[in-house]
Amino acid sequence: MTETKKIRVLIAKPGLDGHDRGAKVVARALRDAGMEVIYTGLRQTPEMIVEAALQEDVDCIGLSILSNAHGALFPRIVELLTGEGRNDILLFAGGIFPDEDVPEIKRLGFRGVFGPGSDTRDIAAFIRTEIAARGPVRG
Amino acid sequence: MTVAAELVARVEAGDRRALARLITWIEDDDPRAHAALAGLYPRTGRAHIVGVTGAPGTGKSTLVSALAAEERKRGRTVGIISIDPTSPFTGGALLGDRIRMMEHIADRGVFMRSMASRGSVGGLSVSTSDAVRALDAFGCDVVFVETVGAGQAEIDIVRTAHSVIVIEAPGLGDEIQAFKAGILEIADVFVVNKADREGADKTANALKVMLDVGNTMKQRRGDGPARVAAPSAAEAGHHGAREGNFPAEVYAPTTDATEWRPPILKTVAAERRGVIEVVDALDAHWRHLRESGAITQRERERVEDEVRQLLGRTLTRRCVEGGGLERYAALVDAVTARALDPRGAVEALIGAWVAQRKEAG
Repeated sequence: MTETKKIRVLIAKPGLDGHDRGAKVVARALRDAGMEVIYTGLRQTPEMIVEAALQEDVDCIGLSILSNAHGALFPRIVELLTGEGRNDILLFAGGIFPDEDVPEIKRLGFRGVFGPGSDTRDIAAFIRTEIAARGPVRG
Repeated sequence: MTVAAELVARVEAGDRRALARLITWIEDDDPRAHAALAGLYPRTGRAHIVGVTGAPGTGKSTLVSALAAEERKRGRTVGIISIDPTSPFTGGALLGDRIRMMEHIADRGVFMRSMASRGSVGGLSVSTSDAVRALDAFGCDVVFVETVGAGQAEIDIVRTAHSVIVIEAPGLGDEIQAFKAGILEIADVFVVNKADREGADKTANALKVMLDVGNTMKQRRGDGPARVAAPSAAEAGHHGAREGNFPAEVYAPTTDATEWRPPILKTVAAERRGVIEVVDALDAHWRHLRESGAITQRERERVEDEVRQLLGRTLTRRCVEGGGLERYAALVDAVTARALDPRGAVEALIGAWVAQRKEAG
């Protein structure tokens, strides 16, 4: 019998970025790593992303930002997830972030921050390791 | 209170997180889902289940999103299940139907879930039925199940719906292609989407011709009465009404279970054109099913199909796992080595399971 429990990941682009090549590359790579990837498309509000994560009951959310709006959008998303009692969802960020912002992003609860040049295999491995460390999923 | 009982209470209270988790457990075939579904079962059977299928690129997600908006205008709550294929090579899936449905995300009257087809043969239609039931128990008035119409598994899924929409679009190639898959026979409503494109009339006409031929053949064979259609009011009295752009269909009230002719409707879903007419057709079909009594027969067929599938799956699991996986592997090895034939292996597995049950009892 095959293993039936799949890792479900939401890939979302909050804010007003006009292109999503990076997000699509990551989505595709995670699919190829055997995960179920839900992609929301461009220009999502934090409310839309959190509601989608809730309905899809994902294990992990990857947020892609290129526009430097993370300072406003990331805390809001974390706040909304906490409000819904879903701060158990693994978070990671991808895109372009000033080095000095990375500690703050991690402090918010983002376990991984992946900049340009990241290897998509590392992202998949990161998700697997983090989810495995959380023990039995979907209790 | 058990975990399952708590989940049932939360789903009944309208907790979206509980509903989402229940669907996850259904997908994982988690025993907690089985217990919760048993608890919710008496609350189900209320929703109108609509299957939507068609070739990739015909605009299924866009149409479903537009239909959901129209259903909301009519005061109904909506559940949506969108199924995308799992890659047979990696086991992963890219579920992108949400992109076209984000307009409803702030609306608490719409709950949408993406499902991957995963691997198990027969398992998908079982888990889809369960997920539909979860949305039904949650209180959705209409549940759309959207899936690519590419094979038997998909056809099995949409067959579990009360009403089935088959979508076509012009310019996808030879119209005959669509009819090879056997999806012509399952449609209650045909939609030619992207009807602003060249060739829409040709596609609609091809459907009409195929439908007429199919009906004549069915009548000759004396096949299932629910699908043998008499000429509709639109054809009898309003000939030519369908030739124009997005004409109104006429649905004569009927008490005859045999009397449903699938309308062929044109839409431009991305612009919301023709969508009201599709929802009218769905309403008319739902009314037809109930007033003609066809719903009882359809429901019974659906339930029987599900019981049969579950029986197969459950027995398989018990026979395979009951005798120990090593024993199972040894039998498969024996068949591979031509020391035993496949049916012999099955008899051995069933025999071992029955013996085990006798010992236990």
